[in-house]
Amino acid sequence: MATEPATEFTFEGPAAFEEEAKRAKVAGLGPWRLALRRLRRNKSALAFGALFLVIVGICLAAPYWAHHVAHTDPYKNHLTDTVKVGGKTKDVVSPDGTPIGPTWHGRFFLGADTNGRDIAVRLLYGGRTSLLIGFGASLITALLSIIFGVVAGYFRGITDAVIARSLDLIWSFPVILLGVALGTALALGGLKIGPIAIQGDSKLIPILIIAVVYIPYMARPIRGQVLGLREKEFVEAARAQGAGPLRIMFTEILPNLSSTIVVFLPLMIANAILLEAALSFLGAGVRPPNPSWGTMIGDGVEKIITGPHLAIVPGLMLVLTVLSLNVFGDGVRDALDPRAKLHLEH
Amino acid sequence: MGRFIVRRLFGMLLVLFAISILTFLIFNVIPNGDPALRMAGRHPTEGQLETIRQQWGFDKPIYVQYVKTMQKVFSGDLVSYSTQLDVDKEILNDAPRTFSLAIGAAIMWMFFAVALGLYTAMRAGKFADRSLTVLALIGISMPVFWIGALMNYYLGFRWKIFPNGGYVPLTKDPVQWAYHLLMPWTALSLLFIGIYSRILRSNVLDTINDDYVRTARAKGLSERRVMLRHVLRNSMIPVISLWGLDFGAVLGGGAILTETVFDLQGVGQYAAESIGQLDVPPVLAITMFGAFFIVLLNTVVDIVYAWLDPRIRLT
Repeated sequence: MATEPATEFTFEGPAAFEEEAKRAKVAGLGPWRLALRRLRRNKSALAFGALFLVIVGICLAAPYWAHHVAHTDPYKNHLTDTVKVGGKTKDVVSPDGTPIGPTWHGRFFLGADTNGRDIAVRLLYGGRTSLLIGFGASLITALLSIIFGVVAGYFRGITDAVIARSLDLIWSFPVILLGVALGTALALGGLKIGPIAIQGDSKLIPILIIAVVYIPYMARPIRGQVLGLREKEFVEAARAQGAGPLRIMFTEILPNLSSTIVVFLPLMIANAILLEAALSFLGAGVRPPNPSWGTMIGDGVEKIITGPHLAIVPGLMLVLTVLSLNVFGDGVRDALDPRAKLHLEH
Repeated sequence: MGRFIVRRLFGMLLVLFAISILTFLIFNVIPNGDPALRMAGRHPTEGQLETIRQQWGFDKPIYVQYVKTMQKVFSGDLVSYSTQLDVDKEILNDAPRTFSLAIGAAIMWMFFAVALGLYTAMRAGKFADRSLTVLALIGISMPVFWIGALMNYYLGFRWKIFPNGGYVPLTKDPVQWAYHLLMPWTALSLLFIGIYSRILRSNVLDTINDDYVRTARAKGLSERRVMLRHVLRNSMIPVISLWGLDFGAVLGGGAILTETVFDLQGVGQYAAESIGQLDVPPVLAITMFGAFFIVLLNTVVDIVYAWLDPRIRLT
């Protein structure tokens, strides 16, 4: 997805744990404990999961780095400043407009951009924005997908027809085209829903757009699963006991969806971060001068001839983050959906 | 079969209709300023604005505007707000570039995905499988415009191995055509190779345990024949459907990022530029164009599906 495929997620459906539970050693463990055991054995997934936590950690520490190490902030220009590298004094931005490359020192650790801003500082602050958008959009997508998927799957009939058709409609748009169209239209006028008004340059706009665009990808499989779950004996038993639809949805159906949701989340965050980058590259995401990985890559791609590090640095950071989420997410899926794993063992 | 196609055509019309309304609404209901104001240039007088509004019909109710615009889409009189150029002509002009990108990239990503998927499945769990799987994941994790820009910079600008941008029509010089498109094809393919090879790998691992594969082996067929004729052929079915959909999406202007970063001037780039200027007519026409290919390829995929797998009935 990012950016451009018609399908981004594949998930094999409810887990089949019986095979493994039968083995004497693990008999009696619940499905979540089993999944955790499997995840713990998957060293590369754990390593990349840890890498992701480290990235989140250093992005959260952005103000510390900015004030105590780099002594600047993400917006401050240093066009006429100089910096000492290895005893020599160098211009931050040389007279012909070329910004300094990585100094590997506290100030301008990863170099400067064409405005003389500290790239390392912007990278950390930009990471906060990108991660916030990734997490925020994924949580909203998950919440709305669960609501739409469960309601459509449980009530069927007209409710289902309306929801499923609307999801199909969003789905038949290329993700990027819909995202850019919404982003451009909303950035100018902002968004007003009743008493809530969102400014056009707010981070909430890209969060909401990304959330909406990805709803069908998650709501459709959930709906499919609910269609199957509602016919199960335990739902019938609950109904016989006099439980209403709301109660059945919350206590019987929702817990059975949890593994699907857990599998989706890391992959969804990865895709949301990628989509933020693509939207910002096309000028429909985060508004400059606010840093995000997407705006930094977009800016760097535009000025790549002045200094390739402008594009390489934020791009590598984004690839590392998305890759760590993808590898970890893959591990989570293998742990919760052991069919793929069982094949590996012979 | 005939009934299936008629039903599909009818469904296609409905989808196109719904998509056109949605697109029109995105640009008209969400407050984004007055199109007349954007067209009038700097410091327009109220009188000039009024004339533009009347000329272009912005003073009419929104459903009248919608019907008028849609009439123009199909009669070929649609004119862009910002450049005042004929939209359908622009799209026809850009289409060969987008077709060239889509066809080359689709062949490239399918070929490498099949090779990679089959190889990793046969080595499942081994070192080669693990490292190639990480490589596939890296392909999925890279923004296409980033890797595209790096290729442009290093392979094109610095080392001058490939030409930077530019497009040579196939009819003029096939070799130069391919040479100019090789970088865009590769950049666009990386993502799809990552996705497809992983799907194919898990499909192959699924089919490899099926009874008919055991039968084929028991008959004494060579391993090569078993893998290619029995396993691969059946594992390909879901991948082929994806292939059709993604091919349709790229054809319909879905490769916005690739086209923009390599400055291919295709339909996708035209869409991106028009959206940036809130130029509704081209956006509307391109979404129709794109949705047409997506729905068309969807139908073709379903027919191919039924042909590959006789258990599927088209209804």
